[in-house]
Amino acid sequence: MANVKTDALPEIKVGLLVIGAGPAGLAAAVAAYDRGVRDILICERQDFAGGILPQCIHNGFGLKRFGEELTGPEYAGRYEKMAQERGIKIEYGATVTKLSDDRRVTVLSEDGMRVYAADAVILAMGCRERPRGALPVVGTRPAGIYTAGCAQKMVNRMGLLPGREIVILGSGDIGLIMARRMTLEGAHVQAVCEVMDHPGGLRRNIVQCLDDFGIPLYLSTTVVEVEGEERVKSVTVAEVDERRRPIPGTERKIPCDTLLLSVGLIPENELTRQAGISIDPVTNGAAVRENRETSIPGVFACGNVLHVHDLVDFVSEEGEIAGNAAADYLANKEKIETAPVAKIVAKDGVRYTVPELIGDGETEKVTVFFRVSDSFRDATLVAENGDGVILSKKVRRMVPGEMQRVDLPRAKLVGTVTLSVAPKA
Amino acid sequence: MENVEKIRRFPCTVCPMGCELTVDCETLTVTGNGCPRGAAYGVAEVTHPTRTLTTTVALRGSDRVIAVRTDKPIPKELLLPAMDFIRAYVAPENVRPGTVLVEGFMGTDANLVVTGK
Repeated sequence: MANVKTDALPEIKVGLLVIGAGPAGLAAAVAAYDRGVRDILICERQDFAGGILPQCIHNGFGLKRFGEELTGPEYAGRYEKMAQERGIKIEYGATVTKLSDDRRVTVLSEDGMRVYAADAVILAMGCRERPRGALPVVGTRPAGIYTAGCAQKMVNRMGLLPGREIVILGSGDIGLIMARRMTLEGAHVQAVCEVMDHPGGLRRNIVQCLDDFGIPLYLSTTVVEVEGEERVKSVTVAEVDERRRPIPGTERKIPCDTLLLSVGLIPENELTRQAGISIDPVTNGAAVRENRETSIPGVFACGNVLHVHDLVDFVSEEGEIAGNAAADYLANKEKIETAPVAKIVAKDGVRYTVPELIGDGETEKVTVFFRVSDSFRDATLVAENGDGVILSKKVRRMVPGEMQRVDLPRAKLVGTVTLSVAPKA
Repeated sequence: MENVEKIRRFPCTVCPMGCELTVDCETLTVTGNGCPRGAAYGVAEVTHPTRTLTTTVALRGSDRVIAVRTDKPIPKELLLPAMDFIRAYVAPENVRPGTVLVEGFMGTDANLVVTGK
């Protein structure tokens, strides 16, 4: 691909190009349309809209957005319909292979290769599952090891059962959802192992997916070895110490034919990096301003490509922020970019914030999303600028698996602003 | 032990917010809920727990499956018997999101409805 001369390809002008027709991209395109942008194109590499949602057949989506509890396909259907009603064009089977720093977007599809010269670009490529190769698990390479999302696609879209005796590594939401799903389909889930000392997924999923079916969750426990030649025969699990190192003598072999991995999601930012956009080392997504603009003017990012969300409702909300900002950018391209007025720095107990850079917006409050690095009960969330404390708020409960949000007073956001957690005294 | 059972604490699972509910099992009063749905859930959970079933069914004339749900929660103990029914069930062709496949599913007042495409 690197040898293709993109300057020899046909070049097509477009107002707003959105990369990805998942929940972030659809919400962004709809918001931009509703703010007056008409020349919109969404490039989607799959042959359907909705991103991961069509395979997330469980319910729990849309309570914030629509005030009712929808399944993934239903939630995706709502946004697909909104895009259709507005006549927003989606090119399916269209993979973006290159993004340049002047917003030229190279697209490959059955129709061949072409370059879109876009006035604004919204990055909505989503995230990918962390694969086995990224884990320190030794052993053979037999069949029967799947990421949880891959198993989800097999069961829910293809009608295939990946195995009968299952061990799941990782208590992220997809792993928990798949524990229930495999059980309903007649498989036997022996255990969910979590290397951390707390569950990775939402509490509702612990209750509804594990407790309801009597599936044990082993915390501070990981898989250290996979056994089997052609097919997985067993896995060896062991307890880990506080530095996540397996404790000798705690190993235990669990016979099984399948190992599902739910060990984290990674924002998919190859295109972002290629364009030279600055990346936040904690989120692995672009460092953005409050309007979700990246370090390249006119390029915005939203949804799981920016930071991994727990709830699609917040992905849609962020898509709207980016879509509105792209519309404003297209309407005032002449406006000179002002430097950010404040930078939010995550400190003690706070892992990261989105956004990190605060501009000259007009709303009284700035909503900041963040994640904590530990579990906290009755702790105090503290925001400080150079002059002192600007917000101090008691929070009943915060856990790393659940994204938090806080509204900060814009007038006080000047210079470096730190956000931290003071544990209960 | 009776005191432990009189007051039960568990996370609300109505939505992903996960409010921490405290339910007095004698008076059926709920605290800690962020919305009225949470109060109803708290009472149901200590009297007769229910769950929405989401799964897939076979599709006639196709080798793929289609996503379905119950349009209301059904008693929790019916989840696995319902799956026995689902495994033997084949949906007709040309169903669309919203198509009701089974009315009064498993003898409840819930319907089995298509969600996928």
